[in-house]
Amino acid sequence: MAVDKFPVEAGHIMMFARSIGDANQIYYDEDYANSTEPGAVIAPPTFVQASAQFDPDYFLRPKIGQEWFGSAKEATGLTQRESSGGGGGGGGLHAEQHYEYHKQLQAGDVLTATTKPGKSWEKEGRRGGKLMFSESVTEYRDQNGDLVVTATGVGVRTERPATSE
Amino acid sequence: MTIKASEIKVGDTYSEEVCKNLSRTQIVQYAGASGDYNPLHSDEIFTTQIAKYPSVFAHGMLSMGMTGKMLTNYVGDGRLTKFGVRFTSQVFPGATLTATATVAAIREEGGEHFADIEVSTKDEAGTEVIKGNAIARLDP
Repeated sequence: MAVDKFPVEAGHIMMFARSIGDANQIYYDEDYANSTEPGAVIAPPTFVQASAQFDPDYFLRPKIGQEWFGSAKEATGLTQRESSGGGGGGGGLHAEQHYEYHKQLQAGDVLTATTKPGKSWEKEGRRGGKLMFSESVTEYRDQNGDLVVTATGVGVRTERPATSE
Repeated sequence: MTIKASEIKVGDTYSEEVCKNLSRTQIVQYAGASGDYNPLHSDEIFTTQIAKYPSVFAHGMLSMGMTGKMLTNYVGDGRLTKFGVRFTSQVFPGATLTATATVAAIREEGGEHFADIEVSTKDEAGTEVIKGNAIARLDP
């Protein structure tokens, strides 16, 4: 994933906070946020995941004018594109996610993101057959070039659907 | 709320119910906000007929986001320096999740105080869905 411009907007933070059920007013109310220790509307700890919205090639978003592999009235029978690994999705699932916070991310910041592949390894699973893990490391930098968040995702691919049921 | 190194001890715990009877609509809300529109999370036909799972299920990152809400409520806003998890079980609609932080260590580094925190989120049956850890900067 490469994202050239991820504007961190207050309205997006509000919608993200709603979606995770977080009523903390620091995500909704600028006046309140200004009175807190961070002193601004800040992003929740997992917010950078929403950079997918600003990745032009993100494969888990329907693209205008292109067919989508999800169903319409019935299943389409289309196959999905391969994931580059790391963030789950594709035929794979998200196994782990790790964040390191270097600087407080707040509304008004504009991030860029660059992703590099990390380690990959295999493991024999109990239910899903062979498990293939791959790591990706994304660095998010702000408008000053400062490193804000380092995100390490681990994706896993299974030979068949892995579920406990 | 922020916590002080002098006011907590190793073994302290903090828990929150971070979602009750998880709705399919909340999963859709998360898809919309995060931009991850994988049909596995909202498209029952695709998920059961094509991908062969028993039902749509929540994004791992939704469970992590809800777990992060518990953490920031505990340690305060802007206090996390690290937060990492493994997704240990899938979360299906109807789940009620409780997230728990346990203080594993309190330490001083370069004049600043930090807590190492173990994180665990379990569903209503006691199955762990998230296992992880975090580091938070504390007041003295």
